[in-house]
Amino acid sequence: MSLDNLLIMRHELLLTLAALLVLSAEIFTGPHGKKQIGIFSVILFALITAAGFLPVKYGTLFGGMYVASATTVLMKNIINIGALLVFVQSVSWLGKEENRERISEYFILLISTLAGMNFMISSGHFLMFYIGIELATIPVAALSAYDRYRNTSAEAGIKLILSSALSSGILIYGLSMIYGTTGTLYFAEIQKVFTGNNLQVLGFIFFFAGMAFKISIVPFHLWTADVYEGSPVNITSYLSVISKGSAVFIFMIILFTVFPVIMGSWQKTIYVTSVLTMTIGNLFAIRQQNIKRFLAFSSISQAGYILLGLIGGNQLGMASVIYYVLVYIFSNLGAFGVVAAISNASGKENISDYNGLYHTNPRLSLIMTLSLFSLAGIPPVAGFFGKFFLFTAAAQKGFYLLVLIAVLNTIISLYYYLLVVKAMFINKCDTPIGTFRSDSLTRIALLACVAGIFAMGFASVIFELIRNLSYGV
Amino acid sequence: MNILSLFVIIPVLTITGIVLVKDVKRTKLVAAIGMGIQLIMSAVLIFLYLSQRRAGNTDEMLFVSNVLWFKSLNIAYAVGVDGISVAMIGLTSIVVFAGIFASWEVEFLRKEFFISLILLATGVFGFFISIDLFTMFLFYELAVIPMYLLIGIWGTGPKDYSAMKLTLMLMGGSALLLVGLLGIYFNSAPGGGKLTFNILEISKVTMPMSAQRLFFPLTFVGFGVLGALFPFHTWSPDGHASAPTAVSMLHAGVLMKLGGYGAFRVAIFLMPQAAKELSWIFIILTSISVVYGAFGAIVQKDLKYINAYSSVSHCGLVLFAVLMMNKTAMDGAIIQMISHGLMTALFFALIGMIYGRTHTRMINEMGGLMKVIPFLSVCYVIAGLASLGLPGLSGFVAEMTIFVGAFQHTDTFHRVVTIMAISSIVITAVYILRVVAILLLGPSTNEHYDHLKDAKWYERVSAVTLIGSVAAIGLAPFWLSSMIGVSLQPIVDRIMAIIPM
Repeated sequence: MSLDNLLIMRHELLLTLAALLVLSAEIFTGPHGKKQIGIFSVILFALITAAGFLPVKYGTLFGGMYVASATTVLMKNIINIGALLVFVQSVSWLGKEENRERISEYFILLISTLAGMNFMISSGHFLMFYIGIELATIPVAALSAYDRYRNTSAEAGIKLILSSALSSGILIYGLSMIYGTTGTLYFAEIQKVFTGNNLQVLGFIFFFAGMAFKISIVPFHLWTADVYEGSPVNITSYLSVISKGSAVFIFMIILFTVFPVIMGSWQKTIYVTSVLTMTIGNLFAIRQQNIKRFLAFSSISQAGYILLGLIGGNQLGMASVIYYVLVYIFSNLGAFGVVAAISNASGKENISDYNGLYHTNPRLSLIMTLSLFSLAGIPPVAGFFGKFFLFTAAAQKGFYLLVLIAVLNTIISLYYYLLVVKAMFINKCDTPIGTFRSDSLTRIALLACVAGIFAMGFASVIFELIRNLSYGV
Repeated sequence: MNILSLFVIIPVLTITGIVLVKDVKRTKLVAAIGMGIQLIMSAVLIFLYLSQRRAGNTDEMLFVSNVLWFKSLNIAYAVGVDGISVAMIGLTSIVVFAGIFASWEVEFLRKEFFISLILLATGVFGFFISIDLFTMFLFYELAVIPMYLLIGIWGTGPKDYSAMKLTLMLMGGSALLLVGLLGIYFNSAPGGGKLTFNILEISKVTMPMSAQRLFFPLTFVGFGVLGALFPFHTWSPDGHASAPTAVSMLHAGVLMKLGGYGAFRVAIFLMPQAAKELSWIFIILTSISVVYGAFGAIVQKDLKYINAYSSVSHCGLVLFAVLMMNKTAMDGAIIQMISHGLMTALFFALIGMIYGRTHTRMINEMGGLMKVIPFLSVCYVIAGLASLGLPGLSGFVAEMTIFVGAFQHTDTFHRVVTIMAISSIVITAVYILRVVAILLLGPSTNEHYDHLKDAKWYERVSAVTLIGSVAAIGLAPFWLSSMIGVSLQPIVDRIMAIIPM
């Protein structure tokens, strides 16, 4: 392997190296050094994220199985930024007595899933894609069950692994049909021989089902609420943002590069599923009492909006999807960061516990409000720009009715986001959650999210950069 | 630095000042100084604008500044004003200034109140200076969210319900508006060429009729929800009644004008053919607004509800006039926007002051207040007379112009709806005089209220500012209508050129 080849694969190699380093750190530290492992992992990962931004060669490896292009590197960097925020937010929770002993396992598993996601995004061959997706899923199921003292955590882990296994089986069944009819698994070659006959469309449907599971699209979303509620908060935020985001990225790449022949079919499929996803996600979120479940359904409906960017198959669509995932990372991690801080300090996870939060913790309330407004798409925060560009991309290809349904769903979502704002600012409460001060890492993470929420909208260079790296069908 | 951007920067600086000030008591001072500077700025702008026009500058928009923001979508931070926008900016500064003084006694979470109020004002100012559809929409939505907090935290009565209903319905309007704006954008270059969000450039092309027929209703209803178009006006009575004083002033006085201004500047200006074709539907709806709003006000017993329905009626009249699409009626529409803005702000301010003293808004619990609080009562009577269109006050000028313009249409349909709308004058007189009679005149009915204090200095500032403006427009309307008329002329010319009348 020449140095060039190593540099092309640098994201994955650095992640593997990081996992080994954390493992070594685990071996060489005693029981009282555990907390240092957390700081060590965060610093290591920050270095990896920074290294990802260095401009290096693009190219393909392993005969075309692995593709590193400017677009995939951009996607991986976005995922890394999100993962870094999750890492930073996790440290304070992991510092607790009951979580401290297996801290290195937490980080090793998390780094492994990230490596899997990176492989998945860079895949040029369905086998690489499948390896990536499996590597991304299985450690997360272990992480969902991390909290040994709560039954719901174990329940979440089991539900995640069983339903992932089923959906992966369906996914690879579909891939096998495509292999059977085209004789190849390389993306570039499939595109040339793809005819769109019935068996291939069936294979595509199974592929779509497998991916829809990961992205939590209705009707493949039923695992989402229970898993998000049961998992530890930081794993929930990781699942909702990074896992979903990377699945959306590779789904978009495969749709645009492998299946353009059956574009009519997948446009119809996405149309129906996105309407269902937005509507059902929003309607179910209204009734939720637990804030994690609430944010789970909210992220289901966000996936519906993201599908609007995909449906046109245009360059603006890909740009708006990538941009929206980045905005979504900052907004959702901001919201989950506040939830994590409150959960760590008081153990409370119900929306009614947030009553009167503004009077005791004004800054946390403000960060939560800004994040929720970004998710709802209210100016001047970045979520407004993200949603606007998604709708513009769909409108460019004439899907005005879909855009109308989407904006009406935005109104419904505004209702339930305002319920949380109402709880914090307007509802009176005799015993609100007491004033507490989060540790510095949590505060840095939350500040980074707020900065991201504001900067992403007003600094148009980010969107322009993303657009230049996007491509349509 | 473009002078127009100052109108957005000064409120943002005021908000920063309020955030940073240590002593909560100083908040009011910072807010008052900030909005006072804004008021002076708008006077300066009017002066500069008029001197530019006198110097012979005949551009459609003055003080234009165009900063490309998102290159790939041709979104720009584009600002510019003409006579109409300048007048609206003047209205907003006066009402915000009066509103600050009307909120002098807010105690609970004072900093947050003034921050939300000025954030609301920022959105409104930004809307009036923008000539790029994206930027306009951004400021439009920015103006809606502080309303939820303002009504929900500092409101009275069924405030949670009213705040949520108001926010969701107004966002529903902006949802429809978004689809309309995207439709306009993608049809802004029918002959090939660059798509654009800039209003001036879009106005030079003619959009294909099929697109216009789809997007004109969406855009018009989108703005109409804010402008109290029947049947989307239902957020208004509860919203205004539950809101605190300054918020009602700002909302009825200024925000509802965003709807009228937007319907005029975006829907009708950019899609005149569809406007002509489909105007009959909306004329019917707006004349229902006018009459229904007035009838609704007659049966109310709560002062704020009376005024809220009155606002529905008067703002409906604005949309009615705009749809008439001739110079006189549109002239009247804009004067009505300004006149009603000042008037309703005055009304809500006075109602707030009366409520602060008697702690009730029900008219049959109070009576004969003229003897007890003469200053406030006289102000209320003047406001009432302006509302029912007494000559010498601004309401008469506006309504007269509108009805003359509307009557210029000679066909039966327009004549009939104009007569229906004119009947609202009588109905307005009924509810206004009814309130004045029960509330203010006659003997005092409740001895608890015999010892109320009359207006304090800040309340007098608030009331006098607004009455002065109302009287100025009523007595000498030519300075306002000439400023507007010059700017309306190119718009009307364009509409006339495209549509054979």
